[in-house]
Amino acid sequence: MKTFVYIDHFKGEVQPASWEAIGLAKNYGTAVALVFGADTDEITKAAFEYGADEVIVVDDAALTDYLAEPYASTLSALAASSSPDLILFPTTARTREMAAMSAVDLSTGVLTDVTGFEMNGDQFVATRPIYEGKLLEKTVCSGKPVMATIRGRVFPKPARESGKTGTLTKGVAKTDTLSTAHGYSAAESAVNLGDAAVIVSGGRGVSNNPSLTPPAGMDEKQAEVWRAQQGFALITDLAVLLGGAVGASRAAVDGGYITYAHQVGQTGKVVTPDLYIACGISGAIQHLVGMRNAKVIVAINKDADAPVFKQARYGVVGDLFAIVPALTEAMKKKMGK
Amino acid sequence: MKIIACIKQVPDSEAKVKTEGGQVSWGDAPLVINPFDEYAVEGALQQKEASGGTVTALCVGGESAKDALKHALAMGADDAVLVSDAALNDIDTVGAARVLAAAINKIGGADMVIFGRQTLDNGAGLTPAQTARIIGWPMLGLAGQIKVDAGSVSVERVLEEGRQTVSAKMPVVLSVVQSIGEPRYPSFMGIRKASKATIPVWSLADINTAAPAPVITRTELTTPPAQEKEVEMITGESAADIADKLADKILAEKVL
Ligand SMILES: Cc1cc2nc3c(=O)[nH]c(=O)nc-3n(C[C@H](O)[C@H](O)[C@H](O)COP(=O)(O)OP(=O)(O)OC[C@H]3O[C@@H](n4cnc5c(N)ncnc54)[C@H](O)[C@@H]3O)c2cc1C
Ligand SMILES: Cc1cc2nc3c(=O)[nH]c(=O)nc-3n(C[C@H](O)[C@H](O)[C@H](O)COP(=O)(O)OP(=O)(O)OC[C@H]3O[C@@H](n4cnc5c(N)ncnc54)[C@H](O)[C@@H]3O)c2cc1C
Repeated sequence: MKTFVYIDHFKGEVQPASWEAIGLAKNYGTAVALVFGADTDEITKAAFEYGADEVIVVDDAALTDYLAEPYASTLSALAASSSPDLILFPTTARTREMAAMSAVDLSTGVLTDVTGFEMNGDQFVATRPIYEGKLLEKTVCSGKPVMATIRGRVFPKPARESGKTGTLTKGVAKTDTLSTAHGYSAAESAVNLGDAAVIVSGGRGVSNNPSLTPPAGMDEKQAEVWRAQQGFALITDLAVLLGGAVGASRAAVDGGYITYAHQVGQTGKVVTPDLYIACGISGAIQHLVGMRNAKVIVAINKDADAPVFKQARYGVVGDLFAIVPALTEAMKKKMGK
Repeated sequence: MKIIACIKQVPDSEAKVKTEGGQVSWGDAPLVINPFDEYAVEGALQQKEASGGTVTALCVGGESAKDALKHALAMGADDAVLVSDAALNDIDTVGAARVLAAAINKIGGADMVIFGRQTLDNGAGLTPAQTARIIGWPMLGLAGQIKVDAGSVSVERVLEEGRQTVSAKMPVVLSVVQSIGEPRYPSFMGIRKASKATIPVWSLADINTAAPAPVITRTELTTPPAQEKEVEMITGESAADIADKLADKILAEKVL
């Protein structure tokens, strides 16, 4: 059995779930990693070390920046010529798009955001959450190859074996495209909520510290945002200490406290970290659906009746401006940092 | 400019969704327009305001989905079309994209077809790119901002790593995200207009297409095991005292 594993990366930064996909592929035979882009030597090396038997590199200037059409066409051509049984991807905005298009080219289907994968007879069966995680479905795909994007941090990451190598093949890019990429605007700090093991999130409560005096000359809205930024600075300190990422509620995003890339919930990201600390977040259903599958949830809120406590493992009724910095200090001491 | 907004009807987030006889059931919870698709309608109306033209809301679904289309009309869409057919019962995502592509052709094409990012129910997030691939138009996905200039569309894609600018010649397929702007509330006039509207219902025969055979099928449906969530409230003399106890609890969970 042969599996293609698409290694998704942004300017050389690989989505860790790509390695998890190599681990999964190895359960079913040969794992062939696909690496697209320019200057990809480091990624190729890592793909071998994580267990790829073969790496197909498509190094072409036209693939320097991700663009849906040439990426999808290149993938479809490779799949058409070497007939893999299965193509695995980490679930990202890019892979949903290129897998979607490739599946049309190859007359097959894509199972997205897969959290379980097994073989039943000669059929792959994928488990995926639907209805915002309220139900789980098992699905099969009758097309060939079966295409599946896996959720990050669900499947085990294989151990990296330094120095391991395998067969290196050069693939050809299909560069026909209907659209043009013009590069990235001042990148928002890379927010990778999907892969974070720890997320510390702030909500509307982060702007609620009347004792802070904003610089003179600010109107009410500017003062609110300024206060919120002081609150998010405390949240960021804790997140950095724990090696995690910063999340936010939609109220915080809509308030202009922080960018949309940080939003957790129905219209933001669905996350499953090991630890989720919600600060000044009430726990509206649209937020909860994005984080309730975290292993351990801690809620810090002024209001003892806030619904977020119903989802939490640990709760603190209190002012986040006092509790969060105190928690950072306590963790620092206990972690010996 | 001719703009089509693709919308789906889904059970509301608050709905208690269960399995019943192997089928999905949401009791009598209300069905609503997929929240992401409100942004699609909003984006379409913004483009109409900027360049003139019409907005048509398009949905593949059951008879009840007329309510979701009426929501789009109340927001300001000019007209709405429902594609409904008993033969659509087991279609998958590619199938839905084929039906949408056929309906877009039947409408007479468009300059822009705008999708939401993902649905709340099945949530594959594949339909926009598949529809684009099937009709052979460029795909500008996850747009947070749309600019039209002399037959070209340029968008800022909102990605985790930053904003990528991508452009293409019309006609184009777009999907939009929340940064496009808050969906407007239906106006009083809009609601009146929508309540009187008769929404045409097209069968597969009307759009000259056969029911696409599904490649993806569901074999089992389960409710995830309920997590025991007994909250333990941490109290203490002072913030430092509480923090100290909480830190011990977190460390004991061995999640760091
Ligand atoms: C279609 C739709 C989609 C949505 N999608 C999302 C989504 O993706 N993500 C999302 O988060 N929301 C989403 N929402 C919005 C959601 O319904 C809530 O409005 C939102 O989550 C509220 O954010 P919040 O908890 O930060 O604010 P609030 O509900 O205002 O809560 C603020 C909390 O902070 C507490 N607080 C105040 N000051 C302090 C302090 N000093 N210390 C400690 N606690 C304090 C208060 O007690 C309160 O509980 C969506 C809504 C709709 C209709
Ligand atoms: C196993 C299975 C069984 C199914 N059974 C049925 C069924 O009985 N009846 C039925 O009608 N469908 C059925 N479907 C189709 C399904 O409900 C969706 O319409 C289709 O799969 C689109 O995928 P999605 O919901 O993941 O949308 P996504 O790809 O997440 O949607 C992205 C965007 O595409 C647009 N979009 C998606 N669906 C529609 C739509 N229907 N109309 C207009 N725009 C849309 C919206 O703008 C949306 O934001 C089935 C699908 C599967 C996989």
